[in-house]
Amino acid sequence: MLRSLEQLDDLTSTVTAPDALLQLLPPDGNRVAHPDLDPWVADIDGAALAALYDDLSVIRRLDVEATALQRQGELGLWPPLLGQEAAQVGSARALRRDDFVFTSYRENGVAYCRGVAIAELMPVWRGTALSGWNPYDVGMATPAVIIGAQTLHATGYALGCAIDGADSVAVAYFGDGATSQGDVAEAMVYAASFHVPVIFFCQNNHWAISEPVGLQATRPIADRAPAYGIPSLRVDGNDVLAVMAVMRIALDRARTGGGPTFIEAVTYRMGPHTTSDDPGRYVDPVERAEWAAKDPIDRLERHLDSLGLLTDELRESVKRSADGAAAELRRACLALPEPEALTVFDNVYAEPHSGLERQKREYSAYLSMFEGGAS
Amino acid sequence: MTELTLAKAINLGLRRALESDDRVVLLGEDIGKLGGVFRVTDGLQADFGVRRVIDAPLAESAIIGTAVGLAFRGFRPVCEIQFDGFIYPGFDQIVAQVAKLHYRTAGNVRVPITIRVPFGGGIGAVEHHSESPEAYFTHTSGLRVVSCSNPQDAYGMVRQAIASDDPVLFFEPKRRYWATGEVDEDAVAPPLGSAHIVREGADVTLVAYGPLVTTAHDAALAAHDDGVSIEVIDLRSLSPVDFDTVEASVRKTGRLVVAHEAQHFGGVGAEVAASITERCFFHLEAPPVRVTGFDTPYPAAKLERHFLPDLDRILDAVDRVMGRTNSLSSLGVTA
Repeated sequence: MLRSLEQLDDLTSTVTAPDALLQLLPPDGNRVAHPDLDPWVADIDGAALAALYDDLSVIRRLDVEATALQRQGELGLWPPLLGQEAAQVGSARALRRDDFVFTSYRENGVAYCRGVAIAELMPVWRGTALSGWNPYDVGMATPAVIIGAQTLHATGYALGCAIDGADSVAVAYFGDGATSQGDVAEAMVYAASFHVPVIFFCQNNHWAISEPVGLQATRPIADRAPAYGIPSLRVDGNDVLAVMAVMRIALDRARTGGGPTFIEAVTYRMGPHTTSDDPGRYVDPVERAEWAAKDPIDRLERHLDSLGLLTDELRESVKRSADGAAAELRRACLALPEPEALTVFDNVYAEPHSGLERQKREYSAYLSMFEGGAS
Repeated sequence: MTELTLAKAINLGLRRALESDDRVVLLGEDIGKLGGVFRVTDGLQADFGVRRVIDAPLAESAIIGTAVGLAFRGFRPVCEIQFDGFIYPGFDQIVAQVAKLHYRTAGNVRVPITIRVPFGGGIGAVEHHSESPEAYFTHTSGLRVVSCSNPQDAYGMVRQAIASDDPVLFFEPKRRYWATGEVDEDAVAPPLGSAHIVREGADVTLVAYGPLVTTAHDAALAAHDDGVSIEVIDLRSLSPVDFDTVEASVRKTGRLVVAHEAQHFGGVGAEVAASITERCFFHLEAPPVRVTGFDTPYPAAKLERHFLPDLDRILDAVDRVMGRTNSLSSLGVTA
């Protein structure tokens, strides 16, 4: 098992070669061997591969459906994760129920894997609520919109795990843009100094809205962590198997007192930043086409095919499951009730606040002047 | 009953909180072996260990953000921001995360974080060590903001702040840290959100909090000798403000003076003056007057006596609301 900084040397050495990525499943779908990673995914048999294929396909289908809902005027906004499915599934499926993840807003695939109900993905984007689920039900905080802020929350949660003597792990998901935020640097300082079980999982999708990753970092992002005393791994983020392997390595380190690990999953945002964005103004179509050839789902299909597992039956079952999820997303979205007017005052505080109670009383009286009252 | 300094009273409150709830943890710069730069946490790490009283690396955003993560896991973190002027690197985590998390999550995630802040001037310090940033936080919904003025309140209020399921900004009047007073651990503390009438009076309501409560009280004593009866209210809670207590007082006196060290524009005094004017305009004998720091950055130590409201400036404001000759008379200002 790879636990100490020294033992990770072989793996982390990839960091110094900017183009080198840890990989098990190249774009052609032919599995390559890696002596350090192979043992960590030795249990991923045909059925497990099929389950990952299902996850990736469902998440992409949900993403497409949500984008369509926005185009039809049913959602205010949607941040597509197109292209990042393997980074999210490979990492999230490595977690235990009692782990806790703190994400940004593009991690709807992580949410799906954590068991967030499909219906619960919608309220934020339809504008009916500021969050969709109870974090304690699924071990996942509701998304942080201030990029990078959640890396500190994960570090604090991990500090709590350490104080409790628990072997649960906290995971911070963030993007390449967030790595320029001071909070991410501070989180790494704290995580290293306190030696807490936290994983910094950076999806380098190459874009922070229109700013290319080269503007955030002139060296591989994974290079930064070792300077804080945190080993880092740079993985092909479109390779679901390699992502799962490095995540399992990091989780094992964290659970056994090894402290924090930084993972840079190199992927590509194939869609716009959000449905309000126009990547046509800044994305080079040639570069995008190169990444389309590295698609995470295509390569898993090729791999399954190479194993003789990509049967019509599997294709059919995955399509059914993806279409069913999309139908559920649409149904749940359209069924969301309009929030009641006076709920604007709810849950600002856990305990009564005289100033806010007065405002609520007065606004209620105001509304009661209108037909229908406080609705 | 024990005679304690205000700093020791907070220390005792923290000690009792650590003893009574093992989810209480302290986090801040130099709070361990050193006991904090003002020694407010003196001896606590020795008695409760490095996992409960945690020396934090020098990053305020991380102190607050880490506390948010601890709160997610069911802890009750008590953060120390070493000086008022050091809170700004943590501002985003306070106003965008701590304040909003309970609302964002529809009440699913509680944020029982106490953020202790030594604040105010009068100690001859260098820049960033004498500020009064409370209005930034009273303007932020989701936070409770309080300030203690005496050892008994310091003890009771810090325990209430820690016990609260809401985040509380706890402003400690640093120039009063060494003021002594009786502390009764068994006394029933009034609600955290309540104001306290320090001295009853008939002619003017004088509202203050934190470091200026003592000054206000001294002003009332001086005014008494001059034939003016001042009712002094220690606001204690700046969000929410106990307007009912202030309103009842102003309905009786007809006059309001609000004093604080913080800058004038958009300060707590503006809110008190506006709200009380709305509530009891027809009971007012004179426009409310604010006595505050000036709308300048906090000045150099040798100038701070001009910046800080003192007894004479408060009495001058009292003269204004009483319609007596005052500093503005020569400028032709009548009220």
